[in-house]
Amino acid sequence: MTETIMSDISRALPEIFLLVAAFSVLLLDLFLSKSMKIVTFLLAQLSLLTTAWLVYNRMGVESIATSATVNNVESVQYALAFSNMYIKDALSDLLKIAMLLIGSAGFIYTRQYLRDRNMFSGEYYALVLFAILGMMIMVSANSMLLIYLGLELLSLSMYALVALQRNNGRASEAAMKYFVLGAIASGMLLYGMSIIYGLSGHLDLTGIAEYVKSSGMTKAGSFDLGLLLGLSFILVGLGFKLGVAPFHMWIPDVYDGAPTAVTQLIGTIPKLAAFGMVFRLLVEGLGDMQTSWQQILILLAVLSLAIGNIIAIAQTNLKRMLAYSTIAHMGFVAMGILAGSNMGYSATLFYTIVYALTALGGFAVIMMLSRKGYEADQLSDLKGLSQRHPWMAFMMMIILFSMAGVPPTVGFYAKMMVIQSVVDANLAWLAVYAVILSVVGAYYYLRAIKIMYFDKADTETTQAETGHKIGLDSHILLSANGLSLLALGIMPGALMATCVAVINVTMK
Amino acid sequence: MENIYLAIPLSALFGSILAGLFGRQLGRMLSHTVTILGVALACVLSLVVFNHIVLDGNTYNGAVYTWAVIEGIQFEIGFLIDNLTAMMMVVVTFVSLMVHIYTIAYMHDDPGYQRFFSYISLFTFSMLMLVMSNNFLQLFFGWEAVGLVSYLLIGFWFKKDTAIFANMKAFLVNRVGDFGFLLGIAAIYVHFGTLDYVEVFKQVPNLLDVTVTVIPGEEWSLMTLIAILLFIGAMGKSAQVPLHVWLPDSMEGPTPISALIHAATMVTAGIFMVSRMSPIFEVSDTALSVVMIIGAITAFFMGLIGIIQNDIKRVVAYSTLSQLGYMTVALGASAYSAGLFHLMTHAFFKALLFLAAGSVIIAMHHEQDIRKMGGLKKYMPITYWTSLIGSLALIGFPGFAGFFSKDSIVESVHASNLAGAEFAYWMVLLGVFVTAFYSFRMFFLVFHGKERMDEHTRSHLKESPLTVTIPLIALAIPSVIAGYFIDPIVVGDFFKGVVFVDPAHTAIAELKEGYHGVFSFMLHGIMAPPFWLAMSGLGLAWYIYLKNDALAHFAYNKFRWMHTILDKKYGMDSFNQVVFAGGAIALGKLLWRVGDRFLIDGLIVNGSAKAVGFFSGILRRIQTGYMYHYAFSMILGVLVILTWFIFGSKG
Repeated sequence: MTETIMSDISRALPEIFLLVAAFSVLLLDLFLSKSMKIVTFLLAQLSLLTTAWLVYNRMGVESIATSATVNNVESVQYALAFSNMYIKDALSDLLKIAMLLIGSAGFIYTRQYLRDRNMFSGEYYALVLFAILGMMIMVSANSMLLIYLGLELLSLSMYALVALQRNNGRASEAAMKYFVLGAIASGMLLYGMSIIYGLSGHLDLTGIAEYVKSSGMTKAGSFDLGLLLGLSFILVGLGFKLGVAPFHMWIPDVYDGAPTAVTQLIGTIPKLAAFGMVFRLLVEGLGDMQTSWQQILILLAVLSLAIGNIIAIAQTNLKRMLAYSTIAHMGFVAMGILAGSNMGYSATLFYTIVYALTALGGFAVIMMLSRKGYEADQLSDLKGLSQRHPWMAFMMMIILFSMAGVPPTVGFYAKMMVIQSVVDANLAWLAVYAVILSVVGAYYYLRAIKIMYFDKADTETTQAETGHKIGLDSHILLSANGLSLLALGIMPGALMATCVAVINVTMK
Repeated sequence: MENIYLAIPLSALFGSILAGLFGRQLGRMLSHTVTILGVALACVLSLVVFNHIVLDGNTYNGAVYTWAVIEGIQFEIGFLIDNLTAMMMVVVTFVSLMVHIYTIAYMHDDPGYQRFFSYISLFTFSMLMLVMSNNFLQLFFGWEAVGLVSYLLIGFWFKKDTAIFANMKAFLVNRVGDFGFLLGIAAIYVHFGTLDYVEVFKQVPNLLDVTVTVIPGEEWSLMTLIAILLFIGAMGKSAQVPLHVWLPDSMEGPTPISALIHAATMVTAGIFMVSRMSPIFEVSDTALSVVMIIGAITAFFMGLIGIIQNDIKRVVAYSTLSQLGYMTVALGASAYSAGLFHLMTHAFFKALLFLAAGSVIIAMHHEQDIRKMGGLKKYMPITYWTSLIGSLALIGFPGFAGFFSKDSIVESVHASNLAGAEFAYWMVLLGVFVTAFYSFRMFFLVFHGKERMDEHTRSHLKESPLTVTIPLIALAIPSVIAGYFIDPIVVGDFFKGVVFVDPAHTAIAELKEGYHGVFSFMLHGIMAPPFWLAMSGLGLAWYIYLKNDALAHFAYNKFRWMHTILDKKYGMDSFNQVVFAGGAIALGKLLWRVGDRFLIDGLIVNGSAKAVGFFSGILRRIQTGYMYHYAFSMILGVLVILTWFIFGSKG
């Protein structure tokens, strides 16, 4: 008995460590004076990196062969814990490492920004740590209950983070909208889960998968209204988390209203978690209903690509523009998943990681240009950036090119792989459609580049900016971030191979 | 060894990046130091590789990095290192190193000093990637990369109109060749399903009888088609008629470039490529005949133009064209080893001649007209003697490098039994006379005779600095001795297993039969017509330009029509300019007016942009900001999904 508990704990050690660390940060922060808050920052940073190290260190290692829950089939490499509720496999490990590293990079980017806005405090860091913990649980869940638990931990932390500046009307409004709509989505997801549970009698995904198989949903012409009903509501919840149309309405308002530091967080790591959640629920749990959810995902992808790319053109606010761009990108993610092949899942995994990296840099530039009392969130704030900060402009150009999918940046390769998998799934028309809307989308990315390189800066902007210093750490990180997009675009092999291997292992 | 292979191109690339991106910070001194060190390292390592591959008899074929896998076809960066590659690597890095050193003095006062070093190192990298490749994709990468650097360097003095015209011309003409080349690679990709050399060559015997229909009703042999398409690529890069027009103009670039790129290395890429592809060319006699005839035309007719040129660099440029023709003829006669041997010797003596010309140009304060020179022998002894060695090597004087390589080409063409071999033989034979004549015409006009320059120039005449003369001497040595490698390279087994020769093509075999050692070869050479033709060319040049220049005027007046034809370069430039350039511009204007401005700009682009903008304006209104609208849209989404499932998927 104790042995089981010990092995369970050992498998979930990264999560347990992060939980303890988050509490420690919260507690310790109380005793620190305002000038000492850097300690909180360092501690939070250390927590993330240690957790990442813990995950990395245990990757693929399954030392507890004595445990009964270990599946001994050779090709299957995963370990279950806590009565099959928790799963540790290659996919969860990869996603966790990506989330933790991006989280850590986010801390570096946001430090100065938070300081300037009196948000440099323990609450922020503790909430982010809790949010990341929630996401780690989401991607490691093997039970609907745990998925929901992780999702709520993430969502509640996020609501609070958006509203962290209590006196800011726009932020509070955004938080309120996010909360109410999020609650509706959560309710629907929970409703869907309960229907599935009611039908199958299982909470764990393996059991559900078996039930779906036995229900004969895979056979042509079969029709199980109950399961479809459950699937519908689950899809709504997932659609909301991914932010695909028509469940995208919260995204522009929240991105715009939240402090940019929080926007950066919302725009990056949760996308990875959402992918994990979609993969667990749709592919692992309801994989045999692929023909059903494929149709809906096609609908969502088509809508997202159109709405995201077309409305983005009308935006003058950079954060809103990036919000609509996210919607379009999530349309691509939906496309990769709906292809329903290992290639498609790998391409989506690759796409999601790359998108998170790209968005990380994009929001970082906004923060680096903002200064005390001024948000550089308008497109016009980019005017003449190439003269003011040539290197930063160059990095932003790479980021925007990558978002638009221009070779040799990695965004091109990511889009190409997704489109390839959609073509392989005999959905050539969808691929053509996606390409056409990407061309439409290229317009607003290129316009931003044009503004950076060809428009002259206002003299006021230039004057106001004198004396505004950007930390060296952000600069170095941004360079690494931007150049990595270029490097990955030229040599995507290693990361792509990892994604393929991870999906192949996870899919048995 | 893999690390060494990788280090060779990368050390050149590294130098190029440093000098190119950080040249301003590094300054002149450090910039040339890093690039020279990079190339020197590459050169030393190439010699190590040469030792490992050639002397120890190894070969290497392996992938370094898999760039992409598409439908099971691997796109890789990989190296195929065998005797051919090793030879090319040594030639490329050695000549490049010499040119690097030479550049220190030649470009001394140029504001683009660091840029220049960055470019030539980049060139070295690209050329190495080209020759070391083990697949068509990387070959094409190297092929385009050297083309790009060539473009950049021809237009190095980008404020000079003629230079910009020349680099544009080079770029466009090469595009024609590269188009054929790319089609050839595509045909290989389609029919062989792989881009790896070895895999492709393995499949050649299975595809001998395959025919393809390009023009309806016409069936062509696939292998002939591929071979000719690839050769079109070689024609562009190696400047064969009619795609040769860019090479003379490329002399607008700085002289070190003319030596490195437009004489010794890049222009021989076509020769290298055809030799590499010998298993493909060998199965098609038609393709070989085409290669031989094109080469023969180039060898003779381009040499003729060289006779009437007065720009010192252009004479050497036409001579390069003609010599490239010789190499091509050898390929057509299946005498790959002879062609490659001439490639190597030519690289040395032609680089030498160019650098010597550059040395003269420095001394003459950038005066390039040979009519304004003369009697430079006493001012520039080192340049004089090295030029003499280079010229003797070029005309094929017995004992010098060019003699062995050119004679083996002439002999093998003589022995060839393909269609057109007879014609080619006469062309190359007469070409020998022409070569000797224009080479020594230039030599005598520059170094002997009356001093025709103005007083100011004369008073400043002096031998060039050490950084110029050392490369000259270093290149003069192989220009003499490289010929003695005829034993292993042409008649020996140097290219065994590297180039493939069909037993029916007996040119080289016959050459081997008649070969009994270097000295009997020389003895035999002295009694053969090429030697006497060369001597009479030399003698005629001596008589006309040193003894009796009335004869030149007489011939000029008598054969003015011929002079005009040669001066107009057979009208090819004018033809291209009027028909292709003019036609393209006229067509472009038409398309611009109707297609671009009206259809695309007017209807499609602005029309669709307006439509998208219009929709964007409408759609953004959906985002009202009211929460109940948002929630409503979600509920609507639920309804749509449910409806779809209940009513949609049933039927």
